[in-house]
Amino acid sequence: MKNYRYVARSKSIAARALGDETMVMSATDSTLFTLNEVASVIWAAADGVTPLEEIVRNRICAQYDIAPEVAMKDAQTLVEGLADHGLLLLSDQPLVPPGSSRGEAP
Amino acid sequence: MPADSSSREGQVPGVTAVMQGSSVVVAIGGLPIRLRCDDPDFVRSIEERYAGYVSSSHNARFDFEIELAPAGTLSRDEDVRVTWDSGRWLMERGDFRAEWNPSTARGRIQQTTNPYSLDSVLRIVHTLLLAREGGFLLHASSAIRNGRAFLFSGVSGAGKTTMARLAPPDAALLTDEISYVTRQKGRYVAVGTPFYGELARAGENLQAPIEALYLLAKGPENIIEPITGPDAVRGLLGNILFFARESEFVKLVFDTACDFAAHIPVRRLTFTPDTSVWDLIA
Repeated sequence: MKNYRYVARSKSIAARALGDETMVMSATDSTLFTLNEVASVIWAAADGVTPLEEIVRNRICAQYDIAPEVAMKDAQTLVEGLADHGLLLLSDQPLVPPGSSRGEAP
Repeated sequence: MPADSSSREGQVPGVTAVMQGSSVVVAIGGLPIRLRCDDPDFVRSIEERYAGYVSSSHNARFDFEIELAPAGTLSRDEDVRVTWDSGRWLMERGDFRAEWNPSTARGRIQQTTNPYSLDSVLRIVHTLLLAREGGFLLHASSAIRNGRAFLFSGVSGAGKTTMARLAPPDAALLTDEISYVTRQKGRYVAVGTPFYGELARAGENLQAPIEALYLLAKGPENIIEPITGPDAVRGLLGNILFFARESEFVKLVFDTACDFAAHIPVRRLTFTPDTSVWDLIA
C-alpha cells in the first residue's frame, strides 16, 4: 500500500516499551515482534492523526543523524511491514484505530 | 478424604429431576473446584490422582459435572481448542469436550476415564482464571528452598524433571512439569500443583514468593547468565500455557509476562546434570 499518509496502532495488539525497545504482540495470532529504538519512536508516534512524514521529520531526523529521504524510505518499509502483520493501520485520511467488533470474554 | 455422595436438582430449566452422584473438591492454587460424576470409582480415582489437593471443605467456587464416554469413542489425536461462545468457554480435544459458564460457576466435561483428560481441563480452567488475576501456568519445574521459590522453565527435554530429580533434600518440590504462578499482595508466588511430568509424582501443596526464573539449557558446565528486556519476556512467553486466543486474553498474558519479567530476575541456566547445579540455586 503506497497511498497513505497516516499510521495508527491497531487495537488488536499488546505492546510494552522495554528500555529503548518495544515489544509488540499480535492479539490475533500471538506473534511477537521487537522494535528497535528508531522503530519504537515511530511506533509511539503512530497516533493516526500525525502524518508519517511529520513523524519522520520531527521525531527521527531531528533526533538521529539520517538523511530525510533515507529515513522516510526506511519508515515506509517499517510501517508497511507492520501493517502486513496487522499491527499498524495505514490510511490516506486521519484515523483512530477502530475498537474490537467482537464481544469480549469475561 | 472420602467422596461426597449427594444429590441435587438438575440444572436444565424446567427439569426438576434429582441427580445422584459422588463428588470431590479439588483445590489447586487455593481454588476449590467440585468434580461430580455418577461413577464412584472414577471419583475415587480423582481422589487418588489429586491426593494432597483434595479439599476437606465441601465449599467450591465452581462445579463440574463429568460424564464418562465409552472407551474408544474419544481419542487424543487432536489439538486443544478453547473458544468463548455465548457466555461460556468451550474446551475440546480428541479425548474430551467440556464447557464452562463462569457466570453460573458450572461446567460439564465429557471424557473417557483417562485421568489426563481431566488434568487438561483443569489446566485450561486455571489458565483462564489466572489470566484475570495476573498469574499463569508455566512449563517449568519449581521448588522452594529457604522459603523462596525457584522456577526452571523450558521445552520438553530442556531439563525440568532433571532439575527436580537433582533437588537437594532441603528443597520442597512444587512440580516437575507445570508451575502455578499467582500474584498475591503485589508479589509473584509459586504454588504447588498435582500436574506432573516424568517424575510421576504430584508436587507438594505449598507456596512461596518467587526468587528467580531460570530458562534451562543443557551444557558442559554450570553457568548462570542474566536475561533482560525483550529476551526475558520472549523466553517467558514461550513457556506460558496459553489456550484461549481471544484478543483480550492475549493482551492479559502479554502484560503479565512483561510485568513478571520486570519484577522477577530471569536467568539462563546452562547446566550439566549433576547435583552441583543446585549449589548455584539458593
